[in-house]
Amino acid sequence: MRTDITKINEHSPHQGLTEGLMVFAGGTSKLFKTGEWRTDTPVFYEDKCKQCLLCAPVCPDSSIPVKDGKRMDFDYDHCKGCGICVKACPFGAIEMKEGIV
Amino acid sequence: MAIKERMSGNEAVSYAIRQINPDVMPAFPITPSTEIPQMVSTYIANGEMDTEFIPVESEHSSMSAAIGAEAAGARSLTATSSAGLALMWEELLLAASNRLPLVLALVNRTLSGPININCDHSDSMGARDTGWIQIYAENNQEAYDNFIQAYPIAENESVHLPVMICQDGFITSHAVENIELLEDKIVKKFVGEYNPEEYLLNPGKPVSAGPYSVSNYAMEAKKNQEIALENSKAVILEVAKKFKKISGREYGLFEEYRTKDADYIMLIMGSAAGTAKQAVDEMRAHGFKAGVLKLRVFRPFPAEEIAKALSSCKAVAIMDRCESYNGNGGPLGSEVTSALFRNKVMVETVNYIYGLAGRDFTVEETKAVFKELEDMAVNGKQLEQYQYIGLRK
Repeated sequence: MRTDITKINEHSPHQGLTEGLMVFAGGTSKLFKTGEWRTDTPVFYEDKCKQCLLCAPVCPDSSIPVKDGKRMDFDYDHCKGCGICVKACPFGAIEMKEGIV
Repeated sequence: MAIKERMSGNEAVSYAIRQINPDVMPAFPITPSTEIPQMVSTYIANGEMDTEFIPVESEHSSMSAAIGAEAAGARSLTATSSAGLALMWEELLLAASNRLPLVLALVNRTLSGPININCDHSDSMGARDTGWIQIYAENNQEAYDNFIQAYPIAENESVHLPVMICQDGFITSHAVENIELLEDKIVKKFVGEYNPEEYLLNPGKPVSAGPYSVSNYAMEAKKNQEIALENSKAVILEVAKKFKKISGREYGLFEEYRTKDADYIMLIMGSAAGTAKQAVDEMRAHGFKAGVLKLRVFRPFPAEEIAKALSSCKAVAIMDRCESYNGNGGPLGSEVTSALFRNKVMVETVNYIYGLAGRDFTVEETKAVFKELEDMAVNGKQLEQYQYIGLRK
């Protein structure tokens, strides 16, 4: 039953799909770019950021990558533009811009 | 060696569950199926089986938990009736579309309103398009036998669909009758161990079940599910053949009782088939050629087979223990006539609604139906094509 799901696409005949559309792989949600749904975009100003890291844990989509104790720029492939991080930032280091920036 | 016993339908199904000893049973009590989780709990408490019993807060939860357990790789089941099945509605479709071979012991009871606890088929008929296989029993023996055959059907690799084992509330579930039980080890061997190929709790082989599907995939998935339901027909017959070897009892998609040379056939499902058979025997003694087609498997619907079985009689009474509120008859009335039409069997039919909410259905009423069919076929009497039996007028 286990098939290579990367070979399945929207042209596959019904016989080629998995049973109950089971997904035979882990972490596949990363491949789904939900950032396309964004209508407003948070912009990160690194010079104003104190690396307090209050923003990263409140992001519902894990779109603020943290490396070696420091936050990086947004993962725009998955950020849906909810703006929660803007409210969490005490230093004005994140600004919400209209549209997809 | 078969064990001679006397049991109610609920006892019989609980006994089968003990013998199969599935992995997980979430359940919430509702009349008349309450005894099933109650008896299973007793078996567990007495150390006679080790199924994980989950007392949940509703049927929405019992079906959800059964689905979760089954997807995780556990053989699971639940039991319910009436409003309990209605509350499972959303999950019933998920169990089928996620291709989970779980089993539901359904004790048929009418749906409200008017609020009533007695038997008719409105609960399972309401769930007829949820993608479940539905198998009906005439008596406690059949409820027991059908339950034992449920997992081998559901878990067959060409099927992978949930199965609903139906018995009539109170009439079958609570009436004590003679029964022939199979030995534990024979049942265990027949049902076998559950070894799913793909399941959630399978280290190193990650899988997601029930994902969101965009329009580009959903229609194909539904077709695949429909093919699995069609496949189940052959599997049901294959399992029945194997079951005959261990029990001596024969099952098909339906039972044809004295229909071979019958002029008039009553097509009926569930416990009332016994009443109809009694009427047939009495009428046959007076030379009236009547027969009964007792439908066992309602899903998948054996349309072609039914049409063939009815092709040489003069008239058919299609009996529905359920009102469809479509203004045109009951579910069997609609599906059987469509089966006849598509297979070009142009036999006269009348659709009767009987036994709603526990109303008695008697041998005398059955005879009157047969007489009426004769009056139509021989004297050309115009009959109402869709009518109630035993209704006060």
